[in-house]
Amino acid sequence: MAKYLLLKHYRGAPAPVNDVPMDQWTPEEISAHVRYMRDFAARLEETGEFVDGQALAPEGTFVRYDGEGRPPVTDGPFAETKDLIAGWMVIDVDSHERAVELAGELSAAPGAGGEPIHEWLEVRPFLAAPPTVTE
Amino acid sequence: MNEVLLRSLVPSVLAVLVRRGADFAAAEDAVQEALVEAVRVWPADPSPSSASRGDPVRDPKGWLVTVAWRRFLDAARADAARRRREDLVEGEPAPGPAPAADDTLRLYFLCAHPSLTPSSAVALTLRAVGGLTTRQIARAYLVPEATMAQRISRAKRTVSGVRLDRPGDVATVLRVLYLVFNEGYSGDVDLAAEAIRLTRQLAAAVDHPEVAGLLALMLLHHARRAARTAPDGSLVPLAEQDRGRWDTGAIAEGVGILRAALARDRLGEFQAQAAIAALHADAPTAEETDWAQIVEWYDELVRLTDSPVVRLNRAVAVGEADGPRAGLAALAALDDSSPGCSGSSGRGHPVPRRAAVAAYLHERDGDPVTAARLYVEAAHQAPNLAERDHLTRRAARLNARLRRPGTR
Repeated sequence: MAKYLLLKHYRGAPAPVNDVPMDQWTPEEISAHVRYMRDFAARLEETGEFVDGQALAPEGTFVRYDGEGRPPVTDGPFAETKDLIAGWMVIDVDSHERAVELAGELSAAPGAGGEPIHEWLEVRPFLAAPPTVTE
Repeated sequence: MNEVLLRSLVPSVLAVLVRRGADFAAAEDAVQEALVEAVRVWPADPSPSSASRGDPVRDPKGWLVTVAWRRFLDAARADAARRRREDLVEGEPAPGPAPAADDTLRLYFLCAHPSLTPSSAVALTLRAVGGLTTRQIARAYLVPEATMAQRISRAKRTVSGVRLDRPGDVATVLRVLYLVFNEGYSGDVDLAAEAIRLTRQLAAAVDHPEVAGLLALMLLHHARRAARTAPDGSLVPLAEQDRGRWDTGAIAEGVGILRAALARDRLGEFQAQAAIAALHADAPTAEETDWAQIVEWYDELVRLTDSPVVRLNRAVAVGEADGPRAGLAALAALDDSSPGCSGSSGRGHPVPRRAAVAAYLHERDGDPVTAARLYVEAAHQAPNLAERDHLTRRAARLNARLRRPGTR
């Protein structure tokens, strides 16, 4: 029983195999994609492996402390260099193998032409609470 | 109407129904209905003077069993498709008095059934044997209640139709209980304490040296729990723990249970692990730890399990007993021979904490440069935050010392 974060990137991940931007898809292809993602989440809820899933807006802002009494600094017009997270899903599964299997399934979501996108997803284990037994 | 009492009765009432042939999910529904009925009809303030024959206050368990069994039969009768099973149930010999321990035992075996995944087995055990609510279990494991509810109902579906006419595999039950114990998460229930409670119950019901071994192991680990973390949550290594904060009562109980188990001469891995924990708990100071004997117990464990984790821990013990060089040699042997090192998953997962052990041994061997590098590597691989912080601190301490001129 370990939790994993499945991360989907807008930018920053290697290019997917079926690399056609979503705005070039047909509306039916978009619907099929959305349905696939929803069914995937529903299936994980059914198996008791779903913890959380959210999508994020494509625009993010870097913010930094700029010293006493000054407003925080936000980043300038360099947004294209950022690695941007498109969304995440948190799963709670029995093994790392299972997490990889599920990420692979999620990466097979259909895109242009109804073909799997083969998108790169990042799988990151959560740092858990320390177990009772440590020495 | 005492809710704590009610909840404590649920597992044994459930167990009676399962023994009589009710399938798991139907039995639980029936018990829930009986509980609702109990809340409705039991007197709010049960005083002894109000007790009369058949009063639920006198025999709450018997009352619940009777009501739940009736509810189960009603449900089974109402369902024509289940006619066949109903016949089966009706054909059962009339339920006579049976020892409660035996019923609970069946429930343990059912909940640890090999067809369940570990997480399902754990959830079902906490629900059915522990009597915890789905919400409590979900909180303990930091998942949404709906997720845990699904996990439990799938588990129930998986074991429905499993009829237990003979005892299952104790080892499977012990593994599930140890999983519960090892979860450090805390919601509003303390899972370690809950695991001890359930193992105690199991030990009372089944006469098996490994059950006693697991109970002793849990008690001995649990006894040192308060000393294992500082008030700020950081880890305190065994050697630096304030031994005055160890729970001597739990240690004495654990050692007593272990002695009795070992005397039966049927060694298993839990007894061997408990023996190691007992040697740590027995030492008045870290320096007085009997490392030579601990190495011997690790040799037994290697023989019993041959797990890379055990070999790794053995290297630590060898390092303490025969010096860091010997420990490093044991670690090198682990690299060559252990199947866990090159990885069965094909990705070459290192043995967990291998780098941390190597770092510690190099530090003791007087090589702070290698030790600092390995502590950083170990911190990267740490499975939890407290351990990562601890290892990072050790690396930082060594690096600070190395930066000062004249050291090294």
